Amino acid sequence: MTVASDSSHRRAKPPNRLFKNWMAKIASLPMILTALFVFVGGTAWTITYSFTGSRMLPKIKWVGFDQYERLWETDRWIISIKNLAVYGGCSLILTLVLGFTLAACLDRKIRFESAFRTIFLYPFALSFVVTGLVWQWILNPDFGLQSVVRGWGWESFTFNPLNDPETVMFGLLIAGLWQGTGLIMCIMLAGLRGIDEDIWKAARVDGIGTVKTYVMVIIPMMRPVFITALVLIASGIIKLYDLVVAQTGGGPGLSSEVPAKYVIEYMFRAQNLGQGFAASTMMLCSVVIILIPWAYLEFGGRKRG
Amino acid sequence: MADTTTNTAQEPRGPKPKKTFSRANIFLYGMLIMVSVYYLLPLYVMIVTSLKGMPEIRMGNVFGPPMEITFEPWVKAWSEACTGINCDGLSRGFGNSVRILVPSVLMSIVIASVNGYALSNWKFKGSETFFTILIIGAFIPYQTMLYPIVIMLREIGLMGSIGGLVLVHTVFGMPILTLLFRNYFASVPEELFKAARVDGAGFWQIYFQIMIPMALPIFVVAIILQVTGIWNDFLFGVIYTKPATYPMTVQLNNIVNSVQGVKEYNVNMAATLLTGLVPLVIYFASGKLFVRGIAAGAVKG
Repeated sequence: MTVASDSSHRRAKPPNRLFKNWMAKIASLPMILTALFVFVGGTAWTITYSFTGSRMLPKIKWVGFDQYERLWETDRWIISIKNLAVYGGCSLILTLVLGFTLAACLDRKIRFESAFRTIFLYPFALSFVVTGLVWQWILNPDFGLQSVVRGWGWESFTFNPLNDPETVMFGLLIAGLWQGTGLIMCIMLAGLRGIDEDIWKAARVDGIGTVKTYVMVIIPMMRPVFITALVLIASGIIKLYDLVVAQTGGGPGLSSEVPAKYVIEYMFRAQNLGQGFAASTMMLCSVVIILIPWAYLEFGGRKRG
Repeated sequence: MADTTTNTAQEPRGPKPKKTFSRANIFLYGMLIMVSVYYLLPLYVMIVTSLKGMPEIRMGNVFGPPMEITFEPWVKAWSEACTGINCDGLSRGFGNSVRILVPSVLMSIVIASVNGYALSNWKFKGSETFFTILIIGAFIPYQTMLYPIVIMLREIGLMGSIGGLVLVHTVFGMPILTLLFRNYFASVPEELFKAARVDGAGFWQIYFQIMIPMALPIFVVAIILQVTGIWNDFLFGVIYTKPATYPMTVQLNNIVNSVQGVKEYNVNMAATLLTGLVPLVIYFASGKLFVRGIAAGAVKG
């Protein structure tokens, strides 16, 4: 329907536009329906209902911004945001640094490159649930890393992040980095491979050291790769859910709660739909804040994607 | 720093550097090996723990190899471990996951390949707009769409069933797969397409006789992408299914994180390893294609 609307004043094309190419239109129907009903419709629906007082069932009973006010007064939400900020900040920086360093190491024409790459990337093939459970076991205070080091004779060694509200997010970070750096390394490696060999020759002629060349020349040249990596890491961080559920369950207490978990708890367990909708709309806002500058940088200058 | 020695000026991009044991190289390999240990440790611990008996685990040392290898934890994880009242092990979750996986992968790939083909060769007015919405949709947090989908599935009577989850996976796999296929078909020389058109071939004829045979590698990439993605899904499984239809990841989480009963760490690790086995096998078997899949998935647009 949208197809036929305003196409009469374009260049000379055969008449009867709605039926031109009709097979392609029918074949694209699943995509069109998904785009319109699930992505646009679903999102609009959730945003709309976040302004209602829905509890067990969605009901149109407008309450204005009440849900949002209540949301930002809820300790649990504030804790979730703070946790995500800590996890996100560390994860972003460490993933970029580690991913780039590993990629640069692999790019130094070393032996067994593909073996190393296989090792660094395999966690990415696993489910977050698997990752969370394995690290929960390794970080188990009674049988895991802590007890092993104590068994070696260092009796006072304490490494028990999952049971300490102060450090639990770092326990999650260890697991998250384990799973996520491989992908970023792969992207960085592809970026490094795309850099002209002559740059290195020129740097060598000028007598610039390897590390300095990376920092001063290569990294600025790889800006688009870094931006892609940044967007990937950031959107992954906002989605953080499975790992928390599997590794800590949000505990101890509420100390490892995250926004995605808050949304699901309120929607499906606490029967407080309005809160869930408001919280998920806030998540959407954060994605939009990340994406708009990126889309502007990426597609702003040159048209056609 | 000192490692310029590895590529001294007269060396003409030879395959291997001659001085393998320069100071810089020792540092380089040392670091890579240390990082490898961090990466391999969890896999090793999983395997080792799952082969130990509980008395040995209580003695400590997760990193020690098993003194007595036992496969009992594996058997128990597969056929006896309890979730709530059901005590038939992970085998049920495995069965559900397979029944979710096969139709989801088939459906999403068929739909996405046709979409991608239409988008690259049969552009119509508005097609790019819908495609853009689809790609933006891939960035929207799933949490914003969870509840409306619950309502939709309820309306068509598929809530809680495997069919409903298949539909959800098809929908959410569409953006990335469509992008994958669209970019691939766009790289096919246009003359080929035009020649077929001149010969009178239609939409489906060109798709089946020209495009599909040429796109076999990209189909493999898509299959790898979807199998690992759907197998590893937890969020959709936990929301859109009920205990009888839980996929393996959800059941695994319930087995390991259940509060009642004595914790059997060896059974838990066997169960974890079993769940991770399918994507791991695919990963190690597919090698370069897996990397290509995630590269395609990662570098959007």
